[in-house]
Amino acid sequence: MAQIAPRLGDRHQNLELHEQQIAAARQQSADLVVFPELSLTGYFLRDMVPEVALERASPEINRLIATAEPMSLVAGFVEEGAGHQFYNAAFYAEAGSILHVHRKVYLPTYGLFEEQRYFSPGKRFQAFQTARFGRVGIVICEDFWHVSSATIMQAEEVDVLLWIINSPARGVNGSRIATAETYELLARTFSQLLGALVIVVNRVGFEDGLCFFGNSMAVGPDGRIIAQAPQFDEALTLVDCDLAELRRERLITPLGRDEQLLMTIEELRRIKRRRYES
Amino acid sequence: MNPDLGAAGLVINPELVAEILTRFVRNEIHRTGFRRAVFGLSGGIDSSVVAYLVVRAMGPENVLAVTMPYKTSSEETRRDSAAVVADLGMQSLDVPITPQVDAYVAAMPGITQMRLANKCARERMTVLYDQSAAFEGLVVGTSNKTELLLGYGTQFGDLASAINPIGDLYKTQLRQLAEYLGVPAAILNKAPSGDLWVGQTDEGELGFSYDQVDRLLVLLVDRRWQPAQAVRAGFDAEFVERVVRMVRRNQYKRRLPVIAKLTNRTMDRDFRYPRDWGT
Repeated sequence: MAQIAPRLGDRHQNLELHEQQIAAARQQSADLVVFPELSLTGYFLRDMVPEVALERASPEINRLIATAEPMSLVAGFVEEGAGHQFYNAAFYAEAGSILHVHRKVYLPTYGLFEEQRYFSPGKRFQAFQTARFGRVGIVICEDFWHVSSATIMQAEEVDVLLWIINSPARGVNGSRIATAETYELLARTFSQLLGALVIVVNRVGFEDGLCFFGNSMAVGPDGRIIAQAPQFDEALTLVDCDLAELRRERLITPLGRDEQLLMTIEELRRIKRRRYES
Repeated sequence: MNPDLGAAGLVINPELVAEILTRFVRNEIHRTGFRRAVFGLSGGIDSSVVAYLVVRAMGPENVLAVTMPYKTSSEETRRDSAAVVADLGMQSLDVPITPQVDAYVAAMPGITQMRLANKCARERMTVLYDQSAAFEGLVVGTSNKTELLLGYGTQFGDLASAINPIGDLYKTQLRQLAEYLGVPAAILNKAPSGDLWVGQTDEGELGFSYDQVDRLLVLLVDRRWQPAQAVRAGFDAEFVERVVRMVRRNQYKRRLPVIAKLTNRTMDRDFRYPRDWGT
């Protein structure tokens, strides 16, 4: 979990930052390095969105993937897609090339957030088979506040869910930052409900007064936190992902096995007719 | 601390807040290429809290506290500022503003008390920004959330700064932070005052206490209550109406001047970059 503080709108500097973290991860013999949401650009971009965008086959990204070899790599970027549409996206790379790109589906546009002003929404939650970590899914920040993403990821039978975020600290009345508490609650709940490892990678640092709090964490399929990065400080945290735990947990609580997926699909069809076709 | 503040949603975790604000100050100063900070110290609770935060963030040698008394400023102001400077060991500079303000006043017969108070606030701003250049330090603001909402400050005067660590904290919350940071008891216990004229207190001038107004503001602003809801919950209707009016009337102080739109890209409307652009 590479909990970094990207420089806002400075892609060149951020590429260097990624390279440093990748080198440090190599020292620790990591198999996969996961960076937070929009790790190559910073978050509060506004009109910089088109200025920092990259196509997924860009030389910058290819070079970064090559640098990480033989480690797998997840990083967040602004993707310029077909028709010059821009996406808040993340790629998963292994064996020297991109295996999957997830485009953030749920773009928060309320309160301090204004993502729909700048980004087009992604259209799917799709898991993918990896060489090292079984079936993996990526969700970006707000995506996983919507149970639809969790439901689809469960139907996709994910083993490891990578939840990359840029969460600012809000709520300072209690013993901990309120948003940090909520992320932990959601990660622990969904890891149990999905019977999957949930890896949450947040950033740190400030942008226009927003304090990104860090606290990246890995949660086992039993809802227990197995590794946690510090609050506020940059850190590279090695997580020992024991995939055998998944088997044990699914024997004890076989929620995925008992899930009535066809019923869910039929019920959603019925609701679709009622809400959109009548 | 008033136990009711918890129920009102005004209790903060001061340790957590101090940690975030200290990091904020250091980060925002460093990213603009500065290493030092300058601020105006009045001996009141707001600027004293800023003093403790900025010294935590930058170290006492990198902080300049500027005291800018006018001839009517109280002895208490001087004494309390000196206590903060001594406690923190930061650099300080005393720049009395009486000569320049009085030169202006002499040419403006009939100047009102309010105009004079605003003149003093703007005079202090020009001193701070000059000291910012001389000391090579960023100007740190000392306006709290209650003042910003009520517009209880001078535009381009005490409201002017480069960064403001305490602008999202109500006055009652600042008191909690001040206590945690070790601000001297004499400052914690005295009545808040802009020291605008002899015997002036904020609460006397406003006509309500910070405790009262913070309880209302947190409902209207943070919890998005309708004013009528606050009245139904027991707040005096006239008081609610007055506070709502103050918040609305002073919106201009919280924004850039209105720019007449002519092109496709106008500052702050559709030329939208973050303040921390490229840092």
